[in-house]
Amino acid sequence: MEAILNQLFAGVSYGSILLLIALGLTFTFGQMGVINMAHGEFIMFGAYTTYVLQEVLGKDQITYAFLLSLPIALVVAGAMGLLLEITLIKRLYGRPLDTLLVTWGVALVLQQLARDIFGANNVEVVSPSWLDGGITIAGVDMAYNRLFIIGLSLAITAAAWVVVGKLKQGRRMRAVMQNRQLAGASGINTPSVDRRTFFLGSGLAGVAGVAITQLGSVGPNLGTNYIIDAFLVVIVGGLGHLRGAVIAALSLGILNSLAEYWSSASLGKVIVFLAIVVFLQFRPEGIVASESRGLA
Amino acid sequence: MSEPFLIDELLKIRGLEVDFDGFKAVDGVDLDVKVNEVHFLIGPNGAGKTTVIDCVTGMTKPTEGSIRFDDVELRGKKENSIVKMGIGRTFQTASVFEALTVEENLDLAASFRFSMLKLLRQRRGTTDAVERALEDTGLTDVRDKPAGTLSHGQKQWLEIGMLLCQDPKLLLLDEPVAGMSPEERTRTGDLIRLTAERCTVLCVEHDMDFLRRFADRVTVMDEGKILKAASTVAEVQADERVQEIYIGKGRGIEEQTQEAGA
Amino acid sequence: MSQFAKSFLPSTRGEWSSRATFVGVAILFLFVFPAWLSDSRLDLMSSYVAYAIVALGIAIAWGNGGMLVLGQGLFFGLGAYCVAMYLALVEVGGAPNLPQFMTLLGSQETLPALWKPFNNLWFALSAAVIVPVALAATLGTLIFRSRIRGPYFAILTQALAGAFGILLIGNITLINGTNGITTSFSEIFGLKLAEPEDQKVLYTICVIALGVAFLLSRQMLKSRYGRLLLAVRDAEDRVRFLGYSATKIKVIAFATSAGLAGVAGALFVLVGPKIISPASVGIIPSITMVVWVAVGGRASLAGAIAGAILVNTAEFEISSAAPEYWLYFQGALFIGVVAFAPQGLAGAATWLKSKITSRGDSGATSTAKPVEEAA
Ligand SMILES: Nc1ncnc2c1ncn2[C@@H]1O[C@H](COP(=O)(O)OP(=O)(O)O)[C@@H](O)[C@H]1O
Ligand SMILES: [Mg+2]
Repeated sequence: MEAILNQLFAGVSYGSILLLIALGLTFTFGQMGVINMAHGEFIMFGAYTTYVLQEVLGKDQITYAFLLSLPIALVVAGAMGLLLEITLIKRLYGRPLDTLLVTWGVALVLQQLARDIFGANNVEVVSPSWLDGGITIAGVDMAYNRLFIIGLSLAITAAAWVVVGKLKQGRRMRAVMQNRQLAGASGINTPSVDRRTFFLGSGLAGVAGVAITQLGSVGPNLGTNYIIDAFLVVIVGGLGHLRGAVIAALSLGILNSLAEYWSSASLGKVIVFLAIVVFLQFRPEGIVASESRGLA
Repeated sequence: MSEPFLIDELLKIRGLEVDFDGFKAVDGVDLDVKVNEVHFLIGPNGAGKTTVIDCVTGMTKPTEGSIRFDDVELRGKKENSIVKMGIGRTFQTASVFEALTVEENLDLAASFRFSMLKLLRQRRGTTDAVERALEDTGLTDVRDKPAGTLSHGQKQWLEIGMLLCQDPKLLLLDEPVAGMSPEERTRTGDLIRLTAERCTVLCVEHDMDFLRRFADRVTVMDEGKILKAASTVAEVQADERVQEIYIGKGRGIEEQTQEAGA
Repeated sequence: MSQFAKSFLPSTRGEWSSRATFVGVAILFLFVFPAWLSDSRLDLMSSYVAYAIVALGIAIAWGNGGMLVLGQGLFFGLGAYCVAMYLALVEVGGAPNLPQFMTLLGSQETLPALWKPFNNLWFALSAAVIVPVALAATLGTLIFRSRIRGPYFAILTQALAGAFGILLIGNITLINGTNGITTSFSEIFGLKLAEPEDQKVLYTICVIALGVAFLLSRQMLKSRYGRLLLAVRDAEDRVRFLGYSATKIKVIAFATSAGLAGVAGALFVLVGPKIISPASVGIIPSITMVVWVAVGGRASLAGAIAGAILVNTAEFEISSAAPEYWLYFQGALFIGVVAFAPQGLAGAATWLKSKITSRGDSGATSTAKPVEEAA
């Protein structure tokens, strides 16, 4: 029983990382229909941002470096996303498969770039001392760093909810998502909304990268480990729905961890894949069907 | 018309309901289409006409009701088996295979009963059905052109021609003259006259001129319901409620027509 | 029968010229390359020829059917592992003996049940094709039936390749995990894989397999089915409402591409590096396969072959000269071709041909039929 509870916690923790990553995708993939394979590399650069800040600020400023890297990674990754949108993605509207391939090419370049800048070997990011250790509740070992990630993920989801649901910017985003032509005709500057959406979506990848530094070392392939699972979250959740993404991320996280526990780490992924295919037999449009066409 | 039909009503829809997330796009529709008639289905935009066609062809799953074709229930059947029973449809915006030539488009339509093995063989020459459709649609001159290079009107004709190749019993046309020039309308009219000689037609169209020339009977829909059950053109034009849904919404039928054509 | 025989005779000028090209390329591969390339380069070329067979399948599924298959490494890997298991058993003198790596690991007492049937050559060879085809047909039916397409399909195939890679890596005792199965010291049909003379024969076998795969694929694309595939790519609903099962049409293309990848994998373990490991089957190798086809021209079979061979040659040259630049090059190739030249080499060839012919006679062949473009 305790073992299962521990697995559940691990699953929720993995799910919340997936959620952080998938949140960004919910904006770019969900709203704009853009499959950005370089999203994983934005995560990676977000993680390296933390590393660089630690190196710059020195070993006695670990906490500041870590907290500061959250907004800075948002801007770094966001700027990278913006650049990508302006230079390439904009040209590929209506060609989703080509966008996928082109952004994969960008991902390869970014990975090599990271290798050239930071070296092929992984680098270590030191955790702030308040994230070391953990507590045990009812036999479940909860590491502080994992709890922190779960909290961060919840906070950012809530923030995204507010942005999308309440603010003017979010209303514009939803308008563009529901009907691009109509939104354009009613005076919304759709290219500008696209750019902001892309900035925000990519920026969230950077934040996810910062969070991931607390779980292990940082290397050029960091993003590729998560990106496919995150895309699966968006597919299972239903295109462009925060609620769907939350449910899907947690379910997939837990399923992953339980499947790995009951079979083996290697068979786990296959089981999750099959579960997704079976699920899509019943709900091809995902947990939250797109008929209600909302981002929230 | 080859085989005799068992009953008078080729298509018999009863109590049809479609619910899109709580919104009833079609709400208790009854509709009879008689063998060999040209039946028009009219009504303002959003009345649910396309959705009715979608239900008949299996594209949309109704929540309630029955759809009987030649006394066989269509609900629950797959799109392609409905086609094989003899029901063809066009789409509101013409849908043809743009990368293929006109002839190849027609040939694929004509080969719809082939087994997979036969489909894997290479095509040599054309069949009579394809030649006849080329003639009927007046597309003989452009038979080797990719369909993507055709004009809007030509694409509509090609799509109707593809269906004619299949020798259907019932043809469902969704706004076949929308967006056409007057000359194109005339040619489409000729094509539909030809079609009507060969099979039963259910046509969604706003164009009153069209209606007067071709309709045997007309059914009027509004907001998902039947406003006026199958009647003659004159009866429909005289009906106050029908005038009201058009005029009451600020415009006459004729103006609505203009807009649909614009 | 005479109808059948006639179908092999060219009837138009275009067909004559494509037939001449085919013969020319066949001579190049069968006689010029073996005479010109060194033994080791020829052996490498064999593996590129095997890759070209995967590329044919991608051109069918993606270029013609619009299904972006990002998991071909899975099917390639299945074909490869099936034959590699046979070879690993041959190397140690057949069935009850354990393959080398198992003896080294010392983890198995007796040959695992999974391995036993692969002692038989014909079982291994048929499994190399049947397993990928059956898997693709099953998955394809499930996925296409629920109308999952476009990017969704692409991501699912990618996820599948990823899961398969992880599955292989995790199974150390059964199939040697990350290290994979080496086949250098084995033999097949009495041909020793390490022997240069025998490698020449294996090369010829690969080339002939590619030729046959090309002709069959071309026949498939030229048939009514091939037209239907394009039709499904461009207007799936219209196909469905003409009375066809779009699911069936797509499943056939997907399964064909998987079968071709399986054949390619089976050949791949006989030549070149003579090893199959998770490194050649996961997400990254799978998408790399798509690059070859993108470079060649996604819908063109000839382009797919050219793309596979040229990109792999370039990869070998560049990464042996300056390994750190290859990834930049590959990324740039991806971006450049897909975004700015989606017709790839085949598009360039068509353009060139139309330039030449329009100078000769004004536009008699300028309306190049899509059939020929696809071939
Ligand atoms: N897939 C769908 N999801 C939700 N609403 C739909 C869908 N298809 C149609 N509708 C709605 O149903 C109503 C009827 O549409 P339709 O049948 O296309 O009308 P018509 O063809 O008479 O103009 C419209 O209000 C339309 O917005
Ligand atoms: Mg309509």
